[in-house]
Amino acid sequence: MNTIANDLRSFWQRAVRIGRQIIGVPDYENYLAHLRAHHPERALPTYAEFFNERQEARYKGGGGRCC
Amino acid sequence: MDSVAAKFGWLVVAVIGAICLGVIALHRGESINAIWLVAAALSVFTIGYRFYGRMIATQVLKLDPTRATPAQLRNDGLDYVPTDKWIVFGHHFAAIAGAGPLVGPVLAAQMGYLPGTLWILFGVVFAGAVQDFMILGLSLRRDGRSLGHMLRAELGNVAGVICMIGVLVLMMIVLAVLALVVVKALAISPWGTFTVACTIPIAILMGVYLRYFRPGRVLEVSIIGLVLLLLSIWGGGHVAADPAWAPYFTFSAAQLAWLVIGYGFFASVLPVWLLLAPRDYLSTFLKIGTIALLAIAILFAAPNLQMPAITKFVDGSGPVFAGNLFPFLFITIACGAVSGWHSIIASGTTPKLLANEREALMVGYGGMLVEAFVAIMALIAATALHPGIYFAMNSPAAAIGADVQSAAAAISQWGFVVTPQDLLDTAKNIGETTILSRAGGAPTLAVGMAQLLHNIMPGEGMMAFWYHYAILFEALFILTTVDAGTRVGRFMIQELVGLAVPTLQKTESWIGNLVATVFCVAIWGYFLYQGAVDPLGGINTLWPLFGIANQMLAAIALILACVVVVKLKRERYLWVPAVPACWLVICTLTAGWQKLFDPSPKLGFPAAAKKFADAIAEGKVTAPAKSIDEMQRIVFNNYLDAALTALFMLLVVAAVAFGVRTMLAARRAARPTANEEPYVALGASA
Repeated sequence: MNTIANDLRSFWQRAVRIGRQIIGVPDYENYLAHLRAHHPERALPTYAEFFNERQEARYKGGGGRCC
Repeated sequence: MDSVAAKFGWLVVAVIGAICLGVIALHRGESINAIWLVAAALSVFTIGYRFYGRMIATQVLKLDPTRATPAQLRNDGLDYVPTDKWIVFGHHFAAIAGAGPLVGPVLAAQMGYLPGTLWILFGVVFAGAVQDFMILGLSLRRDGRSLGHMLRAELGNVAGVICMIGVLVLMMIVLAVLALVVVKALAISPWGTFTVACTIPIAILMGVYLRYFRPGRVLEVSIIGLVLLLLSIWGGGHVAADPAWAPYFTFSAAQLAWLVIGYGFFASVLPVWLLLAPRDYLSTFLKIGTIALLAIAILFAAPNLQMPAITKFVDGSGPVFAGNLFPFLFITIACGAVSGWHSIIASGTTPKLLANEREALMVGYGGMLVEAFVAIMALIAATALHPGIYFAMNSPAAAIGADVQSAAAAISQWGFVVTPQDLLDTAKNIGETTILSRAGGAPTLAVGMAQLLHNIMPGEGMMAFWYHYAILFEALFILTTVDAGTRVGRFMIQELVGLAVPTLQKTESWIGNLVATVFCVAIWGYFLYQGAVDPLGGINTLWPLFGIANQMLAAIALILACVVVVKLKRERYLWVPAVPACWLVICTLTAGWQKLFDPSPKLGFPAAAKKFADAIAEGKVTAPAKSIDEMQRIVFNNYLDAALTALFMLLVVAAVAFGVRTMLAARRAARPTANEEPYVALGASA
């Protein structure tokens, strides 16, 4: 029973990560890892801050899309 | 052993493809099953991908799996991120596939299913996918730079400005024509109008939820949004059936045009998190899901194509759009076969995400093949309809009259026998009062999709639900494009005008933004409104303009590819981008020439202007116009459209001239002269 619940959770988390990247929100965990590795002096943004900043950035020029 | 088996496998695919194409091309008289089209498309695409695509990757672009990509070199976790190739594929596909591949093939169906199918299949393999893939490959070697940047670097500043003007004008036409598609679909349709109007509060609710309640939980809020959308379709049925409520959501095309213009203005000045972004998320997921659903429906329903292989309208006398098969078929189906817009996407976000150059083949070439498959599905949905229904929906009132009796009589006379009762029944089944003259492709596709989905998921009254689901699906991403495109147009206007008036260029200036937004909305809004009140239906005029502009941009992008191939001293493969580039230049210039100089008022813009101007001089009101005022407007608009056509032709000719000049200079150089970034081995940068 437990393993099914775990499977479902990991499936959902995978879907969330893929879904977010397809609509142009980069992976948050990956960004944190990047900051820790290359810019340890910078403060880590919360997910909400990260999301809001990326949303602004993506649509600043209107967002790339076709007709 | 392995390679012998593989060769045998490819031989089998080739034989299957040839048989399917043979059946499609040679079958006459009785209708054939759509599965032949699907099988032919899949065979042609896999062979094109495996052999032509791979040849371009290894011989022309010389992609190098050991070379670091921009995502590797500049990895910042935000814009440049090495990403799983399937995710890049999904992202790229969601960005390139819009309303274009759905609308163009539906309009082209007036010539029968064969011409459109052949152009999509061979156009994509030799032109569309080549363009997307090569521009992506070039951008990968140039830090993920944009098409405009690459043109400036390789062909000089003037070529860059040409591209900028071309993209801006194309953008305005795209916004007008797509908004017109929505307007045509929602006119006198309280159900559709209510449902599409509901997307605005739903998106705002999602935006607030994402911002304040559960920040950034995109997938869960999208599921909530989807449930609300389905509820709004259900609610729309009740609104339309209610005599008290229905009038509040019943608008004429002209009224809807004003509503969309107002919407475009307000939506594009609101913060992006409130409306644009949440609706874009919803529409992206809905788009991918619905396309998959359509593919399943076609496979399971396996409809027969009722439209003939070739209709008599290949001679240019068709009611949906004017002009002969050559060049207008190749203008009408742009997205799906080759689309200039994609060169902007392929030099935008995608090259900044690829983790390895090798993956560009799948994302660039493969992504375009999937879009072509979407176009084939749209063509199937339209040609599986009874041709009488198809022509009733797509012909302007000027050709078939305004009631079912006159429409059935006119269409039956063209050889597609249909009764007034058939037209009434179809309208009733989809929950609408009329299906006549709903040009623009979206309603036709929606009826086709509704029939397919109804086939595999039957149920009382479900046809109407699926019809409005399909309308909603198209309207959702078209409205997103209107909103986002107005923002892009505003930036481009500020950039261009800023060359003369620097204060307007400050994109953070509130006044500058507002002025540029009003200006931008006014331009596309003008064309939209004229299209909405045009007695010939608007699509008739605007879609060819859009097609010419889109193919013009594709020609410019392919000329860039030619120039780089020569600069790299790989002239042996110049034909790969040069053949489609020449074809597109020939198509756009011929189509433009006919639009400018054809003596028939149905085809030539100045000829139409002259016809009405002459009538005005004699004081006569000529149908389809109803007053001298209307006639004066027709005269002016035709001259305006002629001027735009001339501008597009001028831009194409200039791009060819710059391209040829640069190629000749590059040939004289002793060494390769392309501006590629230097080679860095993969892994060496980290």
